[in-house]
Amino acid sequence: MNNETGIAIKKKQQRNKLIETGTIIALVIIFAVILPAVIPAFRLRLIGRFLSLAIVALGIDLIWGYTGLLSLGHGIFFALGGYALAMHLNLQLPEGQLPEFFTLYGVEELPWVWQPFYSFPLTILALIIIPGIVAGLIGYLVFRNRIKGVYFSILTQAALLVFFNFFNGQQEIINGTNGLKTDTERIFGVLVSSPGVQRAFYIVTVISLILIYLLCRWLTSGRFGRLLKAIRDDETRVRFSGYDPTGYKVLVFAISGAIAGIAGALYTVQTGIITPSIMQVAFSIEMVIWVAVGGRGTLIGAIIGTMLVRLAQTFLSESFPEIWLFFQGALFLIVVTVLPDGIVGWWTSYGWHKSRSLLGLQPKLATYPSLVEDPELQQERETIAKK
Amino acid sequence: MSKILEIEDLTVSFDGFKALNNLNFSLDAGELRVIIGPNGAGKTTFLDVITGKVQPTKGRVLFKGKNLKKIPEYKIARMGIGRKFQTPRVYLNLTVRENLDLVCNRNKNVFPTLFGHANNSEKRTVGGLLETIGLDSKANLQANLLSHGEKQRLEIGMLVAQSPDLLLVDEPAAGLTDEETENVGALLLSLAQSHSIVAIEHDMEFVRQIATDKVTVLHQGALLCEGKMDQVQNDPRVIEVYLGETPE
Repeated sequence: MNNETGIAIKKKQQRNKLIETGTIIALVIIFAVILPAVIPAFRLRLIGRFLSLAIVALGIDLIWGYTGLLSLGHGIFFALGGYALAMHLNLQLPEGQLPEFFTLYGVEELPWVWQPFYSFPLTILALIIIPGIVAGLIGYLVFRNRIKGVYFSILTQAALLVFFNFFNGQQEIINGTNGLKTDTERIFGVLVSSPGVQRAFYIVTVISLILIYLLCRWLTSGRFGRLLKAIRDDETRVRFSGYDPTGYKVLVFAISGAIAGIAGALYTVQTGIITPSIMQVAFSIEMVIWVAVGGRGTLIGAIIGTMLVRLAQTFLSESFPEIWLFFQGALFLIVVTVLPDGIVGWWTSYGWHKSRSLLGLQPKLATYPSLVEDPELQQERETIAKK
Repeated sequence: MSKILEIEDLTVSFDGFKALNNLNFSLDAGELRVIIGPNGAGKTTFLDVITGKVQPTKGRVLFKGKNLKKIPEYKIARMGIGRKFQTPRVYLNLTVRENLDLVCNRNKNVFPTLFGHANNSEKRTVGGLLETIGLDSKANLQANLLSHGEKQRLEIGMLVAQSPDLLLVDEPAAGLTDEETENVGALLLSLAQSHSIVAIEHDMEFVRQIATDKVTVLHQGALLCEGKMDQVQNDPRVIEVYLGETPE
């Protein structure tokens, strides 16, 4: 009997996997092939930026949705990634020249922090590793002392403010509040803002999003993922079962930070500039809102939430420039009060069954779906009926 | 017989309040010991100290002869002490099987957990445990769909999955129906054949069912008396602390 249930579950899993692969391929075709061909370049650039924001939302979902740690400081990691790539682009100059802004402050020699960013591979490495290490360090200090819940959120926000002020004050190193421009710079000898390069960045964003989605899928399935949920639901129990939660939390926070770094780099080159204002408190909170709207603990929800909120924002700010912020506030209130599990959470727990039964695809259920549809329980019911 | 747990002159004070006061206690390997005592006797603190949640102010706890001072909880758990909490604490968003699998994991460090898979012997252990705790038909159900009694049994199963030498069980019968209480009692008795168990309990009916060995009575953080169940029950001091001070 157990064997048959196992097979039934495996079949269901296989079917789900097929559906998922199909959906991913369809989405790739839509986003990477069809969209670039149909919509104008500036709209495409907009979508590219949203997709890079969806990447950071995945990182937030990993640490918040799965591990239960609400980070309000992802702007730090996002900015670190963005600055890393922007610094590389600003160094694409003839031999011996310095980026323009240095002359404003009388800097004659390139600061040592800039040196590694001459190399493209090192830059790519840095934009992933540096945010990861910074996140890991912050995480280690916080988690080792068993700080969690609201205190963790406040600490990450405080860290964000520290970085924000620090970056603002460093005129002589990274041009302070003015930030670094990328649109007028060159990459591999081509102007960054040229349509070809922008399209390439767009494609890279789509591919990164998928790879990072798959990475998160892998992390959150299997034992590791179940342990993350266990830490979220009952950390003390985890400890008394012989696991040390600190290591797990540090690793997940570091991965989440690295993901934010990648997102920041892709966002920067499709925006044209990076300034410390990317580390404003409101922006990091907005990232959390995207995940909450889409649905915590469902990776696809993070992506959907980001796209929806950002698209609505664009549409509303174009149509109602004065009051669109109210819409955003209302949206968040609605989600928190009516859909605590977000759109995807609502869909899987209610919408899916409801729409199926409306279409007559599903028999009406008397109790919990998982009880009525459990093949093993069905079998038991049949054997009892035969007797 | 060798001692699996020895507690010497243990004092735990919280801001001057002594939750445990010069407590001495020892447990033989393979013994099932029931600890009773009125509210505030220090029963839960007693378990907290053994599992490393609270550090002793004075005295020491020896597990298999090793001092447990300053060892973090997860290491104590790995040394072979499993603890069941008063209210059932299982992972509600995981299925019954996943709950057990997580605890069954042999190497609990970060990277082996990330890259490893359940091997066959672990799968067999989980299968066996599901039968022992009588939940094999609900193995793939989320734990939040279980009844209170089933959650209690699942948590006891999770303890056993840890393959500990010493089980600490905190009020396993709390909030159970009579039938479920008896199930849990039978489960504990069958586990007692291969584990050392310390059970804390309030329900006297239940204590009578499982107290085959000695019973220890705690009162105001100290040992009041120890002995067979019927001995303890007739001890005037025990009657006094349970029924209140006898007027002079």
